[in-house]
Amino acid sequence: MPLSLNQLAPAAIAVIHALNVGQDLRRRMSGLGLRPGARVQVIRTSPLNGPMQIRVGHTDLILRRAEAARIEVAAAG
Amino acid sequence: MKRIALLGMPNTGKSTLFNRLTGAGARIGNWPGITVDLLSAKVLLGDSLVEVVDLPGIYNLHGFSEDELVVRRFLEAQPVNFLAVVLNASQLDRQLALPLQLKGLGIPMLVLLNMADEARHLGIRVDTAHLEQVLGAPVRLVSAKYGTGIEAVRQELAGLLHAHPKLQRIDTRAFAEDDQIERELDALVSRSVHAPVLIPPSATDRLDRLLLHPWLGLPLFFGIMFGVFQTVYSLGAPLQDGMGWLLGHLKEAWIEPAAAGLPTGLRSFLMDGLYDGVGTVLTFLPIIAVFFVVMAVVEDSGYLARAAFLVDALMSRLGLDGRAFVMQLMGFGCNVPAILGTRIMRSPSLRRLTMLMIPLSLCSARLQVFLFIITAVFAPRAAAVALFSLYLMSFALAFLTAFLWRGRFAGSEPLLLELPPYRMPTFRFLVLEGWRATLQFLRGASGFIVLGVVLVWFLTHYPFDAAPAGPDTLAGRMADFMAPVFSPLGLDSLLAIALLFGFVAKEVVIGALAVIYGAGGGELASLLAGRLDWVQAYSFLLFTLIYTPCLATLSTIRQESKSWPFTLLALAWPLALAWVASFAFYQGARALGF
Repeated sequence: MPLSLNQLAPAAIAVIHALNVGQDLRRRMSGLGLRPGARVQVIRTSPLNGPMQIRVGHTDLILRRAEAARIEVAAAG
Repeated sequence: MKRIALLGMPNTGKSTLFNRLTGAGARIGNWPGITVDLLSAKVLLGDSLVEVVDLPGIYNLHGFSEDELVVRRFLEAQPVNFLAVVLNASQLDRQLALPLQLKGLGIPMLVLLNMADEARHLGIRVDTAHLEQVLGAPVRLVSAKYGTGIEAVRQELAGLLHAHPKLQRIDTRAFAEDDQIERELDALVSRSVHAPVLIPPSATDRLDRLLLHPWLGLPLFFGIMFGVFQTVYSLGAPLQDGMGWLLGHLKEAWIEPAAAGLPTGLRSFLMDGLYDGVGTVLTFLPIIAVFFVVMAVVEDSGYLARAAFLVDALMSRLGLDGRAFVMQLMGFGCNVPAILGTRIMRSPSLRRLTMLMIPLSLCSARLQVFLFIITAVFAPRAAAVALFSLYLMSFALAFLTAFLWRGRFAGSEPLLLELPPYRMPTFRFLVLEGWRATLQFLRGASGFIVLGVVLVWFLTHYPFDAAPAGPDTLAGRMADFMAPVFSPLGLDSLLAIALLFGFVAKEVVIGALAVIYGAGGGELASLLAGRLDWVQAYSFLLFTLIYTPCLATLSTIRQESKSWPFTLLALAWPLALAWVASFAFYQGARALGF
């Protein structure tokens, strides 16, 4: 079953499968390390459906859940 | 002249490195075909004078954000001797993508791995020899913040200038082809960067657990903002008073005697118009300088991105993000630095929406006017309620403005921000930032301010035989002509003239009323209490709160947006809003029988 990043709970680790976003956002994301094959860890989510904090490599990022929903992931150990 | 372009991703400490290399001599300049100002400085490296240009931080050479377009246009139009590429040594796993893209430009590069101290701390080791081999460029480790490795970089730069003495144009074909560098990047990273798989929990993680706590985070954010605000204005306000005192003294002791021999009209123009008007605006300078130093601390510490995380759930519904809210809060001290502070936002449309919203923040200048009139007209118990309601109005109208204009301005730019580790800025960096921002404000805004000051002086003094600011002057006649517009708000033409003065700076409104009524201080207060009932007074206060931003704010908006149509909108929208709000209040209150 395809899983998206916004469905992960804090502390979950996953591997990015696909970025279902436009070319421009994809470039920005890959500049920040969000690329297929990259391991992401969810650090925390903000209340009231606010943004989530994730860790990719040595970079911490915040992004809204709407964007996170467009990042397909596969759960990893 | 030889030229080096400094290039890198955001949050790599590129600007700190630029400061290290160039000292305080940097200038902000315009470049053909580019709408944003770039910092550049002339530096002596070895035996040649070189221009070092600090380009905006970019994530990708091929992207279409404003910063990425600026970098591409600059590189297309300006030949350089070589590129100095700055990378964050602790994030090479993704940042090495940039030099791989830049390789295609066919220009010599120097790759600087900055924040070497942080990387070492994280246990990251870099095989620079392998990087040099793959990138075909020298690679050096530096720490711009602590100044380690800077001297070696200078020598390296001088050596490279010797090796590449000619300005070169880039191969623009490299812009067209999209990159397929992911495999190359993976191979490069796995060969040359040795990092522990799991980063040990750091001080930043521990601090974040508190500062980004689901329920404690917001109260702490407001506490921190209050602290910042207090710091700026408790340091800035006495300095502002001191500046006012100094300017007043200068006028009495030197300038008035010197101007004594001049004809009356010219003297009035120089003293009451130019000197007083420009002087009033100059008193903003200390507050701007202090604001920039304090904002540099907040920005450099990494907390600003956290603020965005904390309030984004609320602000995203208004088409804004958390950084806009921080600036709105700053605006309650003074709108001018808050507008300048919107530079931290990358998206131009988001910046504009924020710039439209900030002037509605009840700044300290307006507070002076409100305190005077409220004390004069309202009973002590009603006074606090009146002031509080004005603060509420300020927030409500700012949010309303954002809400109504969000379709027009808010880009679809998704929030995707890096959360850098907490860092302590160095003193040197803060002083440089404060100094530079203040100079930039002066340089950009002075022309506009002089123009506005002269215009208001002319309106309130022409014809010269009329009593200044009296009903026979152009301003008086304009006020008469505008009477049908202002009388539904309960404002007479004398108050309307005071509002015209308030355009220069809102705290001038009280001074203008003193001139117009020919009475000052307590006498003016009792005069106002006699002439205005509370409904009229509150209508005047509402109008003063909302109507056109002051001249300093407007000129800053013009300077920052670089757009006359937008500046006009920033002038006209609050004016319309002020009229509607005052009208609704005054007519509503009268209809209810007050």
